[in-house]
Amino acid sequence: MLPRVARVRRRRRDGPQVWTLDIETGETDTATLPGQFNMLTAFGIGEVPISLSGLGESSAASQRLLHTVRAVGPVSAALARLGPGDALGLRGPFGVGWPMAAAAGRDVVIVAGGLGLAPLRPALHHLLADRGRYGNVTLLYGTRSPDDILFRRELEAWRRRLDIDIEVTVDHARSGWHGHVGVVTTLVAHASFDPQNAIALVCGPEVMMRFTINALRDAGLTDDTIYLSVERNMKCAVGLCGHCQYGPTLVCRDGPVMRYDRVRGLLALKEI
Amino acid sequence: MALSRQSVLTVDGLDALIGKLRERGYRVIGPSVRDHAIVYDDIGDVADLPRGWTDEQDAGQYRLRRRDDDALFGYVVGPQSWKKYLHPPHVALWRARRTGKDVRIEPAPEPTERLALLGVRSCELHAIAIQDRVLLSGAHVDPGYRARREAAFIVAVNCGVTGGTCFCVSMRTGPKVDAGADIALTEIVTAGERVFVLETGSDKGAALLADLPHRWASAAEIAEAKAVVARAAAAMGRDLAADDVPELLLRNLEHPRWDDVAQRCLTCGNCTMVCPTCFCTTVEDTSSLDGTETARTQRWDSCFTMDFSYIHGGSVRTSSRSRYRQWMTHKLATWHQQFGTSGCVGCGRCITWCPVGIDITEEVRAIRAGSRAEGDRHGD
Ligand SMILES: Cc1cc2nc3c(=O)[nH]c(=O)nc-3n(C[C@H](O)[C@H](O)[C@H](O)COP(=O)(O)OP(=O)(O)OC[C@H]3O[C@@H](n4cnc5c(N)ncnc54)[C@H](O)[C@@H]3O)c2cc1C
Ligand code: SF4
Ligand code: SF4
Ligand code: FES
Repeated sequence: MLPRVARVRRRRRDGPQVWTLDIETGETDTATLPGQFNMLTAFGIGEVPISLSGLGESSAASQRLLHTVRAVGPVSAALARLGPGDALGLRGPFGVGWPMAAAAGRDVVIVAGGLGLAPLRPALHHLLADRGRYGNVTLLYGTRSPDDILFRRELEAWRRRLDIDIEVTVDHARSGWHGHVGVVTTLVAHASFDPQNAIALVCGPEVMMRFTINALRDAGLTDDTIYLSVERNMKCAVGLCGHCQYGPTLVCRDGPVMRYDRVRGLLALKEI
Repeated sequence: MALSRQSVLTVDGLDALIGKLRERGYRVIGPSVRDHAIVYDDIGDVADLPRGWTDEQDAGQYRLRRRDDDALFGYVVGPQSWKKYLHPPHVALWRARRTGKDVRIEPAPEPTERLALLGVRSCELHAIAIQDRVLLSGAHVDPGYRARREAAFIVAVNCGVTGGTCFCVSMRTGPKVDAGADIALTEIVTAGERVFVLETGSDKGAALLADLPHRWASAAEIAEAKAVVARAAAAMGRDLAADDVPELLLRNLEHPRWDDVAQRCLTCGNCTMVCPTCFCTTVEDTSSLDGTETARTQRWDSCFTMDFSYIHGGSVRTSSRSRYRQWMTHKLATWHQQFGTSGCVGCGRCITWCPVGIDITEEVRAIRAGSRAEGDRHGD
């Protein structure tokens, strides 16, 4: 329950109200995996769960983790304000991440909505670092407007690669946007994958995930090949406080990444 | 817990038991009358116990009444449970001090106090075992709870009366103490004398007994102790047929009864505060005016508050229907999947202390009455 003192090394703006912190943890013995999260404390304000969004340049003395924070309230805003040299509290890593081992040898469809791209980014790094192990890799990404697109430079660099398909859509566009307009589910039709041998990783607002899953099922994916990241209020992150209950599961312990066939019934219910 | 040969303590012997525990450095906590209720508080000697009192309980009702005898444990359970001491409402976790850009975090000291809990009922022992399961048996344990729990000495007392809202028999958690106590007592009257038939359940218990004035129990005393508990069991008015309840509730997450109970429930959270198994907590961070000192405190939380399920943009469970459903399905169904036990021991507190008298056993019966067919789970 005790955080360790970590330090921000760099801070980069990644969108409106969105900042990526490059954090030196002062440790080398724990690895945070794609899809896992840490509990970050802004001293005197509070502590919130934030997913790993990438790895920084770790040294032999200390590992560096990237966390991308959208300032939506007191704690996230205080975290997003931290600059180089500032201390923060860090506990983790926690939770079950993306099924990178299960993805080997298969086509991988990644569907992200809004800030949901942040927890999927380390999974993309993982796939691209060992590209030969996987089939087609597709990223379908939806945001509210072109200004909300996260990690823009990186997406543009990936677009230039021939071994990953990237489709981006926005809900509302002004003039000057030449890409897709509409909800991210409409992009599923653009993805090329073999439904018999594919896996899908989905992260975004709950409604977005519900519709995306329907589209993926319509495209032929079976329920046991679709993974989603569930979001619930979290206080302890270690299965002791009860806050993250999601039916029979504790999201901090059994998730946040869950296989769709295991939570199908819950996802269909309101206020669970 | 028929581990030891049974002994007999007189009331003076019980007083000696309290004294010896105190001599051994225990803080003795037991039942005492305060503000028209029997609460768990510091006990100096037998005079602090609720001699001659009993409690009358029904849905939404609790009243102390004089007994026509001098029984010391002639009541059932009050509004508090032992979680007040083992899993306290407020726990300091750590403080951090900042000097310039340097921050140092100091954990709060682990509790060193040794508690002796006197008068623990069978259902309460089961509730403690459930909290052990939740707070000690996972990959992460609550260190403060572990320290308090490991140091604790437990003197259980078998029930001689049944409360108006109890249903431990159907939950298989009582009224006879079967495990988890260092010493178990049964209060009986034979030959006009009030005595306690005593069994020990641990080496610690046996060692304490060796220091107390006692004699072996007679066959008649042993038989009477048995009869006392059997009479309490037979008098139990409520029940919750338990085995199929998890499946029943999970099959009926959209049952109209949830709307019905939502009309009555005030979402006050009393049921979660009085429940001996409810363990949920939140944390609060505070900071000194100049921001150089900050601290984190853990405190009890309730799934009936809006904040409990808050995620940016709004709470997940806004309706009282969804919050009552969360509470009850957690107690009786999903707790099994999360922790491998039921989350309810049938102590009846949530029924007694609900201001509008909502009765968990009645709600289960109502859901059973209009249930969806077996195998027809929602959303599947
Ligand atoms: C597993 C997981 C991973 C997450 N990853 C990220 C991420 O990478 N980047 C990011 O910006 N946000 C992420 N979030 C959401 C982030 O935790 C919330 O935005 C944050 O808690 C808001 O806190 P606040 O005090 O700033 O705002 P408020 O909205 O005022 O929140 C008040 C309190 O409610 C709780 N809370 C509010 N929103 C959430 C939420 N969405 N999830 C859980 N608890 C919440 C927190 O306890 C918070 O302190 C993640 C959430 C979870 C559960
Ligand atoms: S749910 Fe009610 S009856 Fe069951 S243990 Fe909790 S307070 Fe007692
Ligand atoms: S069931 Fe009763 S005690 Fe529990 S929250 Fe509702 S009104 Fe309060
Ligand atoms: S966040 Fe506390 S139990 Fe999951």
